[in-house]
Amino acid sequence: MKQTVIEINDLNFAVSGKQILQRLSFSAFAGQKLFIVGPNGAGKTTLLRCLCRIIDDYDGTVRIKDRDLKSYSQKKLAKILTYVPQSLPADIQFTVRQFVLMARFPHLSPFSVISPQDEKIAADAMEMTQSMCFADRVMATLSGGERQRVSVAAAVAQQAEIFLLDEPVTYLDYKHQRDIHSLLMKINKSFGTTIICVTHDLNSAVLNADSIMAMKDGEIVCMGSPGEIMNESVLEEIYSKKFCFVQHPVTNQKIIVPDSAE
Amino acid sequence: MKKFALISIILFAAIVIAVSPFIGSAKIPLSAIKDFNLATTDGQIFYSLRLPRVFTAFLAGAALSCCGVALQAMFRNPLATPFTLGISSGAAFGAAVYVLFAAAMAIPFGSVIFSFIGSLVAVLLVYGFTRIKKGFSVGTMLLAGVAVNFFFSSLILFLQYISDFTQSFRVIRWLMGSIDVTGFQTPVIFLVFTVIGIVIVATQNLNLNLMSISDEIAIARGVDVPKSRKIIFFATSVMVSVVVAYCGPIGFIGLMAPHICRLLVGPEHKILTFASVIFGGAFLTFCDTISRTLIAPAEIPVGVITALLGGPFFVWLLLKDSSGRNL
Repeated sequence: MKQTVIEINDLNFAVSGKQILQRLSFSAFAGQKLFIVGPNGAGKTTLLRCLCRIIDDYDGTVRIKDRDLKSYSQKKLAKILTYVPQSLPADIQFTVRQFVLMARFPHLSPFSVISPQDEKIAADAMEMTQSMCFADRVMATLSGGERQRVSVAAAVAQQAEIFLLDEPVTYLDYKHQRDIHSLLMKINKSFGTTIICVTHDLNSAVLNADSIMAMKDGEIVCMGSPGEIMNESVLEEIYSKKFCFVQHPVTNQKIIVPDSAE
Repeated sequence: MKKFALISIILFAAIVIAVSPFIGSAKIPLSAIKDFNLATTDGQIFYSLRLPRVFTAFLAGAALSCCGVALQAMFRNPLATPFTLGISSGAAFGAAVYVLFAAAMAIPFGSVIFSFIGSLVAVLLVYGFTRIKKGFSVGTMLLAGVAVNFFFSSLILFLQYISDFTQSFRVIRWLMGSIDVTGFQTPVIFLVFTVIGIVIVATQNLNLNLMSISDEIAIARGVDVPKSRKIIFFATSVMVSVVVAYCGPIGFIGLMAPHICRLLVGPEHKILTFASVIFGGAFLTFCDTISRTLIAPAEIPVGVITALLGGPFFVWLLLKDSSGRNL
């Protein structure tokens, strides 16, 4: 039996009368690769923002590693989970190395100096994400793909056990999408990191995840294995459109093909 | 390069502090330093006028610059200063109320207490506005600050309007900003408040680094952003209130000193905060020296000098900003 790291019970969240999350209950175990899919406005991002306490006035209970989320200090929480946004601001004036080193924050006290061990952890994270080659460049000069790699590198250097990722590949081309995805799989494999990833790309979700959660209108519509999601009626219910399926030539996984606009 | 810049800033400060006590309407020989008993006029001028004034100017500049560097990072906005956020005007209003209505009661440190209350009210208003609305953004906060600034500026104008001519003139003269101190009592009060404020801001250096990127990243890395904001607002109030109470709302130091330092030493707050404190102090001392020598024996209010130097810089900054280089 694998250890449950996230346990959500009857999570509700509303903004100015509009219900964004409704009666959400699910759990995730250590080392799980859970991808969250669903149409725009389904509440996927809001869910992640609740989990890392960017939003903290939700109703219901969220337990992280058997402890109520609201009882954590932000710093203690950051040792356990981290959040990788869709993209970093484009005008960061720190160097890549500085940015990655700053992810050691939860392990430092206000006046402590960066130790050689912190430097090593940051260097290893940059090595792993292949961002060492531009370690001394200013973040603002990086391309979108490079910046996203650094974003993941920082999350690695933070040494969190749970990664919450919000559409990490949305602005990237095919190669960089694959790079980020393989990087996440590698991190999952090497450190047993739990990956919770919101995405709009159903195919990469079913090819990489071991469970998929589909959301619509703030509710969970379906939670199951990739095979269970890749079902005509399930997908039609989620996205209110018909899909065309094919078999992936290598993995035999059922995937969807894009429609022509005609 | 950055080391060189940091050393240059420290050197600039050292030179300004060493030279400026000897410059003024009366030239003072070096030998005045030896006159500890204040037996000569030179010694008296040096020890009871020039030295306290240089210290006060340095500490005031350091405090304002420290406020600016913290607020700019926290708001991720190059225009955030105690001024634009209404903290200075809140403090100025508090001090003006004291000068016009309560000075007769002679409360010890009355002007500091009143201006501290004023700045706290301003901060609470800015913070309160944004607490009412869920999920407040730094943009809303900044606008709330601008509104608070106008509100208190109007109240000060109103106070001037209803007070008599002499009182009104005193308030106007004080609003222009001036570092006119005698003896070491003021510099000591400044030292206490400034050190408290700077130390508090320094505990937030790592938080400021992360908050200067985005609140999301700061939270993801474990910064308690709401708490950090409160701490910074409090430290700013402490520093601004003492400066405003004694020297008036001196503008532009809090805006320009951090920007110059960011260009010179980079965005890392462990270095940047230190550099801003030193440079801000040195720069205000420099401006004050100009203000009391330019048309000596008369004095130009130091606020006029900082704004005259700061105005063109401000425009230059805006032009530079649109050319893509972000501060």
